Amino acid sequence: MGSVTATVAPPTNSNVTRSIRTFGAIARSGFRRYATYRQAAVAGVVTNTVFGFLRYYIFLAAAGAAGRVAGYDREQLATFVWVGQGLLAVIAIWGWTELADRIRTGEIAADLLRPVHPVTSYLATDVGRAGYAALSRLVPPVLIGLFLFDVYLPHRGATLPLFVLSVVLAVVICFGCRYLVNATAYWLQDVRGPLILWTLCSGVLAGLYFPLGFLPGWLEALLRYGTPFPSLLQIPLDVLVERQPAPVQLGLVGVQAGWAVVLLALCRLVQRRAELRLVVQGG
Amino acid sequence: MSVIEMSGLRKEFTVRVKAGRLRREKRTVTAVDGIDLRVERGEMLGYIGPNGAGKSTTLKMLTGVLMPSPGEARVCGLRPVAERTRLAMRIGVVFGQRSQLWWDLPLRDSFELLRHVYRVPAGEHGARLARCRGLLDLDEFLDTPVRQLSLGQRMRGELTAALLHGPEVLFLDEPTIGLDVVSKQAVRGFLAELGRAGDTTLVLTTHDLADIERLCHRLVVIDHGRVVHDGSIAALHSRYGSRRMVVAELDAALPRPPELPGAPLQRVEADGHRLVFALESATVAEVVAGLAGLATLRDIAIVEPDIEEVVARLYRMTAEAGGATVTGAP
Ligand SMILES: Nc1ncnc2c1ncn2[C@@H]1O[C@H](COP(=O)(O)OP(=O)(O)OP(=O)(O)O)[C@@H](O)[C@H]1O
Ligand SMILES: [Mg+2]
Repeated sequence: MGSVTATVAPPTNSNVTRSIRTFGAIARSGFRRYATYRQAAVAGVVTNTVFGFLRYYIFLAAAGAAGRVAGYDREQLATFVWVGQGLLAVIAIWGWTELADRIRTGEIAADLLRPVHPVTSYLATDVGRAGYAALSRLVPPVLIGLFLFDVYLPHRGATLPLFVLSVVLAVVICFGCRYLVNATAYWLQDVRGPLILWTLCSGVLAGLYFPLGFLPGWLEALLRYGTPFPSLLQIPLDVLVERQPAPVQLGLVGVQAGWAVVLLALCRLVQRRAELRLVVQGG
Repeated sequence: MSVIEMSGLRKEFTVRVKAGRLRREKRTVTAVDGIDLRVERGEMLGYIGPNGAGKSTTLKMLTGVLMPSPGEARVCGLRPVAERTRLAMRIGVVFGQRSQLWWDLPLRDSFELLRHVYRVPAGEHGARLARCRGLLDLDEFLDTPVRQLSLGQRMRGELTAALLHGPEVLFLDEPTIGLDVVSKQAVRGFLAELGRAGDTTLVLTTHDLADIERLCHRLVVIDHGRVVHDGSIAALHSRYGSRRMVVAELDAALPRPPELPGAPLQRVEADGHRLVFALESATVAEVVAGLAGLATLRDIAIVEPDIEEVVARLYRMTAEAGGATVTGAP
């Protein structure tokens, strides 16, 4: 029998590496799982491209004759739009209902029967999914932007690594939000309500429909620190187009890191609450 | 210490039922109604009961995916819900009704992923997989995505997946449901082999009693969430008076039904050409000798007591005796 003290002992080095290895294996399988849906990826790219043109010309109209709006020039707007179209798929902002479906059908039982915390294993799968999306869904719109438009390319050396970190955090934050929205299925028969609310809020407040710079400064700040939405798209894209000075951008990514930690903790809390009352259906 | 201990294990579900046009009433359904049971290491336990008896509910509580209402359960000394992740390392579970494999991945990749999830050393994992491949004939569909597998193929995959980490306890909820004869035999043979090794404890739920006959020495029958029988299959037969039968084929029908001491006549079939006697205190030889004096015997057959028969009788008896399990809540 494993003694109780074994569980409170500090994790040994090998324990950590084994956890990382498990995480990596689940992420790789997530990559492979999503890679089986090639047609879906193609359809997604086409849709994203069409809406990319739409958004670009609307933003351009907003910029008007001056060619500047809310601190973005034309080239920055082009980058904002075309990289943003790709990022939508990388963070998988909409359309993920796997967890809610599995809760509803009772398939969640299979996840609970594994020796890995469900939040951890779903996160790992999502990281793998995001990796596949980065190859299949991010690259095409970026290429379109590069070849067809004058896009803004970062000038500072630190921008690109910071952007990558910012995107990784955005993936984690978006995962956390989606997990929480899906987890309402533990309490509700029908999760369409929370899903619609999420779709609406994330679209408007993440900087997708318009860059949040269009809003008054105090409101943008309120959204940024008070909600996780700007961390999904606005912050990574601002980092890429170098809208703020480097130290400020570092701070923004720090805000993202804070949101990632808060959301993951919240996911675990909600999951624990849910398990106490969970009724696995069927059988 | 017992591998599995249940004391006063209960589960009540609260359901809302329509009562009138708008009103909805809360009702409590007692799915498991106070089960006390101990299972020792290496035991092969058949856990059966009629539909809705509470078998799956018990298994869900023992595997930690369902919180018991009151009552306690320990599996491998752990509390299933509170210590679920640790318990998961030590048990294997197959719910025949649903898949635990990854729908989009080939079986081979699922198994490889499980190796990492359960942190099994590669050598151990490989040895177990090789054994399962041999015994369950996995090779021809190892590279097929799970969603394309037939039910029987998938079930063999599920069993393998449940065993790759070398669990101490195996919970199987209807693992042979929907399988053809050959697949069933493969699964049974595989489990029998596992049982012979003697270090894995098995809890098996099934409606195919041949599974039980073939595999389990101990049989627990539950109904309305309560244990109604706990013992060997032989004990069940003797308790419910199932007897061996002698079926005699006669050349010609007898004018009146024969009376043999210790072997009451059960049925007369085929226009009196076939007589069926139950063996109570008489031996087969005595029945044959008694009949030979009365008629010309063409053929004689001895039928072992039928498990389906005795279990059906048990289910019917408990259904008549069993009270309603649905009670209105205040
Ligand atoms: N989620 C639930 N909500 C309400 N009642 C439930 C729920 N799950 C099971 N029950 C009830 O509990 C009882 C036991 O169900 P359970 O699934 O354990 O039966 P079982 O013995 O596995 O039956 P079967 O042989 O049909 O699989 C049934 O009366 C069922 O209606
Ligand atoms: Mg069942």
